[in-house]
Amino acid sequence: MPSLIGSYSLLFGLGCSFLIIFFSIKNFKNSNLFDSKILSFSLLQLLFVVISFFGLILSFVISDFSNETVFNHSHTTKPLFYKISGAWGNHEGSLLLWLLVLTLFISIFLLNTKNQLKDYRILTLLFQQVIIIGFFIFIIKTSNPFNYIYPEPKEGLGLNPILQDPALAIHPPILYLGYVGSSIIFSSALAAMTLNWVSKEWAKHIKKWILVSWIFLTLGILLGSIWAYYELGWGGFWFWDPVENVSLMPWIALTTLFHCVLVLEKKPILTSWVIILSITTFTLSMCGTFLVRSGILNSVHTFANDPERGVFILIFLFSLIFLALFIFFFFYKPDNVKINSFFWLSKETAILVNNWFMMYFLSVILIGTIYPIFLDVISSEKISVGPPFYHKLIIPFLIPFLLAMAIGPKLNWIKSDLRNKFYLFSFLIISLILSSLIIINLKIDFLVNTILISSGFYLFFITTRDFFVHKFQNLAQNISHFGFSLFILSVLFNNIFSSEIITNLKVGETFKSKDVIIFFEKVTKKKGQNYETIIGKFNIVDSENIKQTLIPELRIYNQPNIVTSEADIKINLLSDKFMTMNLVQNQNYFNIRYQHKPFMIWIWASVSIISFGGLISLFKKKHEV
Amino acid sequence: MKFKIIPILSILFFFIVFAIFFKALQKTSFYTPNINFEKEIPSFSAKIFKMDIEKNSEEIFIGNQFYLINVWASWCVPCREEHNFLMKLKEQKNLKIIGLNYKDKEKNASNFLRELKNPYDQILIDENGTIAIEWGAYGVPESFLIHKRKIIKKIIGPINENLYSEIEGIIQ
Repeated sequence: MPSLIGSYSLLFGLGCSFLIIFFSIKNFKNSNLFDSKILSFSLLQLLFVVISFFGLILSFVISDFSNETVFNHSHTTKPLFYKISGAWGNHEGSLLLWLLVLTLFISIFLLNTKNQLKDYRILTLLFQQVIIIGFFIFIIKTSNPFNYIYPEPKEGLGLNPILQDPALAIHPPILYLGYVGSSIIFSSALAAMTLNWVSKEWAKHIKKWILVSWIFLTLGILLGSIWAYYELGWGGFWFWDPVENVSLMPWIALTTLFHCVLVLEKKPILTSWVIILSITTFTLSMCGTFLVRSGILNSVHTFANDPERGVFILIFLFSLIFLALFIFFFFYKPDNVKINSFFWLSKETAILVNNWFMMYFLSVILIGTIYPIFLDVISSEKISVGPPFYHKLIIPFLIPFLLAMAIGPKLNWIKSDLRNKFYLFSFLIISLILSSLIIINLKIDFLVNTILISSGFYLFFITTRDFFVHKFQNLAQNISHFGFSLFILSVLFNNIFSSEIITNLKVGETFKSKDVIIFFEKVTKKKGQNYETIIGKFNIVDSENIKQTLIPELRIYNQPNIVTSEADIKINLLSDKFMTMNLVQNQNYFNIRYQHKPFMIWIWASVSIISFGGLISLFKKKHEV
Repeated sequence: MKFKIIPILSILFFFIVFAIFFKALQKTSFYTPNINFEKEIPSFSAKIFKMDIEKNSEEIFIGNQFYLINVWASWCVPCREEHNFLMKLKEQKNLKIIGLNYKDKEKNASNFLRELKNPYDQILIDENGTIAIEWGAYGVPESFLIHKRKIIKKIIGPINENLYSEIEGIIQ
């Protein structure tokens, strides 16, 4: 029954789209006032999508296996929480969530822009409706979450156990808020171009939307990364997996866009940057959806290998790209009054320089992600691009990037000089000395690491100083930049000081090395709600003679029958101890992986700080100086 | 002049990107999770295709032989893709291929086999899809390699060149 209601609700929702478009066009031509009917229909559409979404959740909760999506992704023994999160843990349901956020955001946009130009609001709505209709048709035609199966199966196939996890249950909704938020930026940029209204006022208004999407995208990526850290059991937090990359690319574009908008807010330059980045951000988000949903890539995120879906998204994606190109080339008339004379030492130059660095990082990731696909098509050669590629191309360029990030905010708009900037220089010296002292006793490449770490320290010191000297001035910017320096430093130290031991142990055996002693005490078996688990107990004594017990698990889920390895992580302010165990086929010993990972918690904390800066910026009254 | 060249070039560029993505879609690659422990085959009984008898799993999987149970249906497009590989596997001496005809009509299934030839040593009928659930199958096609009543490999999606040679490697 909930499936039936949900299914019809979707159709009504699509119907609303056509009504909205009809009234919008009529209103656009004939009247000077915004027609309130349009708003009502938008809210009605939102209501239909909400009903449909709750219909799906309800079908999952009551385990209605006559619904194909529920049958494929649920099971009666699954805990209630995962029954609910299972609703968007699959291809069909997650698209419905996309649609929900799309309609939610356009409704908020309409409610929030009462003071804006009528034509601008209507055009944004129209472009947004194009996207919404695309998703409606995609869902109803190729990925209907309410397909009916007869005879009704007695039991479902179950949700992939590695997805049965709290972080992963909220990761998709948060990430989608970020992705879909960029759709508003896209529609609004197209509308502003059509009306030739790419101006300071527009920048001020769209900045909020950019911030909202940016905050959610940052948090979404963070959650995914935390999940990968403890669930996949490799002990890393970023693997340069294509699917991770497709979420990082819109993030970089969005971050750059935000900085450009800050400039546009002050003076009418960088308009083309803002427009192109607005289009790029959404295109990259959609491109991510395409890569993940079409089955071109393989990863835990790949839901279904259905070429029909791939073709649909591909055509839809490129229609949007061509629409954007068309408007950009034929409607958009940049102001002829060029104020493009940048003084070499000014805030806007620093932002421009960092924009180019960001674009470089973006291109590296884009090429690393897409190139294997292109090569496969053109020459049937299969290659895989791994972390070394990204590290080699990105890390050296972080150095000037970090320096510019530290110095840039210290400069004035339009024109600046270096008077009273002596501290900039002295901090550089302090950072260099500090990092060389850290590096000198380690057996790693001295020069590169010292420069890299000192540029991290440099940003760290400069931003820390600002908290004391400038107090609340530019607080948001300072928090985010401080967070970024902390992030870079934690990642670097994490990389340098991590250690790993992989060994095979039987119960009762002890592993000794000069840093650590691992004693395998016992294994116990237990039963969970929908799995059986084997728990190992390990006593660990590290070089500082601190004793700890780690209890990694092996879970054997009943539906589908999959073994997952649950890491046990002892989190500490300075370092994490991380342990996983695995069965070795036909043997009575276990494969043990023990890792010592310094500063892990700081990586998570620093990313939270970065997004917190965004949050402050969103709520403060005064804009950046 | 410059004004017209840039739009044309960028449109051209995106067309090329589109074409390449479009081609890439035709080359789908499938993901096979490794099951790192051996699982007993489920016990069940099933009707035999075109015969009015029912057999249970004990009577089907006997002895030291390798068995490949292949979940298929006449309506399943990727099943046609893997059919050639099944025909090649049929020639392997120590491998018996068991078909599990999933949610299918007998007439359509016979037509399918007449058209593409029959690679199966035996075909079981799973009219309402419950046996496939017992096996933990995700969809069609899917195959399980069985030795001494244990599942030693699970293949999700159609068998391709690589998987074919992997199976060949295991059974020899």
